[in-house]
Amino acid sequence: MQWEIVIGLEVHTQLSTRSKIFSGAPTAFGAAPNAQACAVDIALPGVLPVLNRGAVERAIRLGLAVGAKINSPSIFARKNYFYPDLPKGYQISQYELPVVAGGSVKIIQIGGDGSECEKTIRLTRAHLEEDAGKSLHEDFQGMTGIDLNRAGTPLLEIVSEPDMRSSAEAVAFAKTLHSLVRWIDICDGNMQEGSFRCDANVSVRPLGSDKLGTRCEIKNLNSFRFLEKAIDYEAKRQMEILEDGGTIRQETRLYDSDKDETRAMRSKEDAQDYRYFPDPDLLPLEISADWINRVRAMLPELPEAKRSSYMAEYSLSAYDAGVLTATREMADYFESTVKLLPTQAKLCANWIMGEVNGRLHREAMDIAQCPVSPAQLAGLLLRISDGTVSGKTAKDVFDAMWRGECGGDADIIIETKGLKQISDAGEIEQLIAGILAANPQQVADYRNGKEKAFNSLVGQAMKATKGKANPAQVNELLKKKLTE
Amino acid sequence: MLNSSLKQLSTLLATKKISSVELTGEFLKRVKALNPDYNAFITVDEKMSLAQAQTADAMIASGQAQPLTGIPIAQKDIFCTKGWLTTCGSKMLSNFVSPYDAGVIERFNAAGAVNIGKTNMDEFAMGSSNETSFYGPVKNPWDITAVPGGSSGGSACAVAARMAPAATGTDTGGSIRQPAALCGISGIKPTYGLVSRYGMIAFASSLDQGGPMAKSAEDLALMLNVMAGFDTRDSTSLQRAPEDYARDLAGPLQGLRIGLPKEYFVAGMSADVARAVEAAIAEYRKLGAETVEVSLPNTKLSIPVYYVLAPAEASSNLSRFDGVRYGYRAPEYTDLNDMYQKSRAQGFGAEVKRRILIGTYVLSHGYYDAYYIQAQKLRRLIAQDFAAAFAQCDIIMGPTTPTVAFALGEKSSNPVQMYLSDTYTIATNLAGLPGMSIPAGFGDNNRPVGLHIIGNYFAEAQMLNVAHQYQQVTDWHIRMPDKLIA
Repeated sequence: MQWEIVIGLEVHTQLSTRSKIFSGAPTAFGAAPNAQACAVDIALPGVLPVLNRGAVERAIRLGLAVGAKINSPSIFARKNYFYPDLPKGYQISQYELPVVAGGSVKIIQIGGDGSECEKTIRLTRAHLEEDAGKSLHEDFQGMTGIDLNRAGTPLLEIVSEPDMRSSAEAVAFAKTLHSLVRWIDICDGNMQEGSFRCDANVSVRPLGSDKLGTRCEIKNLNSFRFLEKAIDYEAKRQMEILEDGGTIRQETRLYDSDKDETRAMRSKEDAQDYRYFPDPDLLPLEISADWINRVRAMLPELPEAKRSSYMAEYSLSAYDAGVLTATREMADYFESTVKLLPTQAKLCANWIMGEVNGRLHREAMDIAQCPVSPAQLAGLLLRISDGTVSGKTAKDVFDAMWRGECGGDADIIIETKGLKQISDAGEIEQLIAGILAANPQQVADYRNGKEKAFNSLVGQAMKATKGKANPAQVNELLKKKLTE
Repeated sequence: MLNSSLKQLSTLLATKKISSVELTGEFLKRVKALNPDYNAFITVDEKMSLAQAQTADAMIASGQAQPLTGIPIAQKDIFCTKGWLTTCGSKMLSNFVSPYDAGVIERFNAAGAVNIGKTNMDEFAMGSSNETSFYGPVKNPWDITAVPGGSSGGSACAVAARMAPAATGTDTGGSIRQPAALCGISGIKPTYGLVSRYGMIAFASSLDQGGPMAKSAEDLALMLNVMAGFDTRDSTSLQRAPEDYARDLAGPLQGLRIGLPKEYFVAGMSADVARAVEAAIAEYRKLGAETVEVSLPNTKLSIPVYYVLAPAEASSNLSRFDGVRYGYRAPEYTDLNDMYQKSRAQGFGAEVKRRILIGTYVLSHGYYDAYYIQAQKLRRLIAQDFAAAFAQCDIIMGPTTPTVAFALGEKSSNPVQMYLSDTYTIATNLAGLPGMSIPAGFGDNNRPVGLHIIGNYFAEAQMLNVAHQYQQVTDWHIRMPDKLIA
């Protein structure tokens, strides 16, 4: 039987506020255990939550970026359960009336043949909530340590509709969302530190069926690779069960990356009744149109809009435009470069995606840390476009710039290293004459139809000039001489 | 001096007739003598009280005295008080020394008041007789065999027995007014949001409100001047300009329209209470007030609505008492769930457990709509009743309680009977309205009767005026039990 995989994601993004969502304690990562937990975070008797409006503003930003409705009023609810790292015995979350309702995200996938496929993934909602603390089971010999630094950290849980049909689509969606939350500056996207983590709801059904199968939820996937592998494993597991005539149990599962498998954690039958009810300590949250408008006015141009404008304005492919809009820093870098070389957009794009990105990647650096500034890069690309240096020589110049030689100025590097391309027709003609005279055999071979001999002659010309001869001119003049 | 008003005590201090250390010492002496019989205080700490008194004396000496500077105030043990045991009347917090001050405590400290001790209360403020306290029941100063009311029974007893000039209380369904009535003192529960709940251990967040308990309306006004005020740490606290609650005390009552809800004056109220309340209303007519009959048709729903909403909130509010971070933890357990179960089973008393169970039930999947949502709807109806009534009158009066103080043990095994003792007070909490009780004579067995005064939102100054004028022509509020007159 042919199966269709159906996937919906719940993405927990940690919001980039400096203090917690309901207390004034800092949210910085890595402090000594419990050093960042105040009276409210440890839930002393009598303490009360006060909402951090910075967290709400970030939720509004996401809502506007995905074209969602901003609910007003929006309600905070208590989700009641006991756990040692949940100090109040309930988590303040949202149930009915989350801040963000609906919206959608466009994903683009590039097929093996280079074709581009666009798909819209609908969002159900995005709601604000507080994170719990951490239970530390090692280091305490039979006891459990509790670190409440993370307790009260603001989270925005973004829930998608079950609109994805493959692990690749799920990854594309997660990556697009990851890029978006950093783009609008609401989350640092650091997956190792848990700032961006996914739960995947996976089910399968016979292809063509419009009824959803029973789903399993895979919790806490903190890398794109694990997301992909977990979904693939889980879908295959479910198909095998169904093909053997079995049924899927609705349950929560954990992905074990060491064994590359998912394992049952708890079934729906043991699911707790969280007894949600509106938190009487927090009044309904009113979000005025004025507030929304102020947030809208501060929102940067979104990646999707930028991508379209790059395609239209600079005739870039969707792929190129996508890479250049992966982060705001990347787009800024590209725009600062192309502004200085408006007629050479493709050259700018190729260099940034190729040389610059490649080097950054090798050095494990971020584009914001790139030692070659957009202006410096534009200085180099100008010399390629006007024929002063060849593309090949330019890579050497770029290396020198990266090392900070000559203040990173391409012109000075070209000058002091004598890398200027020889484009003087007379000089090249003279050079060619000498080479032809010195290689009668190759000349004869070429004239007898051996095309290879031509390349050897070009090679000699380049070698004689240490690569500085303009290769196009060498080709052209050599051909001319040989056919004379 | 025991019967002195706060104003008189303030004058004695200002004119150096007495120092705060001396005054505090006098009251501490009285606490020491009477508390073993009455059990009004859970914690008394002479050293800390006297240190505060010294600070107050320094404030007075340097001309920084405020109206309550140097005056001993008893604090209900529901207010977190830095360096003091803060138990909330529960074994669960029997080892909890608060590392911080509640907003209310901060305000008393800033005013230079002296904390004379932490008063006994029903466990987590759940009770109407003070019999649910882990620290044992408080006795009624008028009759040691009777209950003082609850949950602020320790505060009411402390003021009635003149162990403190004034005290704080909290009121979720009548916990200031009912004990004030049963102990023959005055108490006011302000409009919801007027007094900060920060550091006031939560029972039912949407109903809880702190307020003062004292001998007279004038004293209540001075206390409320300190207690009320916006607190950024409480999201339900109201941002309003500060008021002087004593400003209208002297105003005449000519033309005041007193609404008498017909539902309050029917079966349920005992004859002795009815007589006292009617006499008080007659007094008001003499003062120039007129009375109109009003109707609060949903009165009978108050108790069922309250006993869905308050336990629902409490079941969640009390989840933090899990034995993990502070408070009582069972000495022996096998695993995490066993630790939770034993700590909570041993740490909470029967009434608290009953309400946690009720609350958990009404919030459960499948029951939430039928109970919690339905109760919220009815809560709005109850508030609308009052809005309609206040279109016809300025103030509402009735009995605070259906009977005078009942005997210790009389209702402790019958929760529903116990719940009914808050029949008249609960609706104001549901509506968020201010309510107060003032002494209005005596009923059977010479036990005090309270007159219940309900005002519109933020009408505290007016209510205090109405009470004060009555206290100018009566002396119920300065009566004290014969045997306690020193």
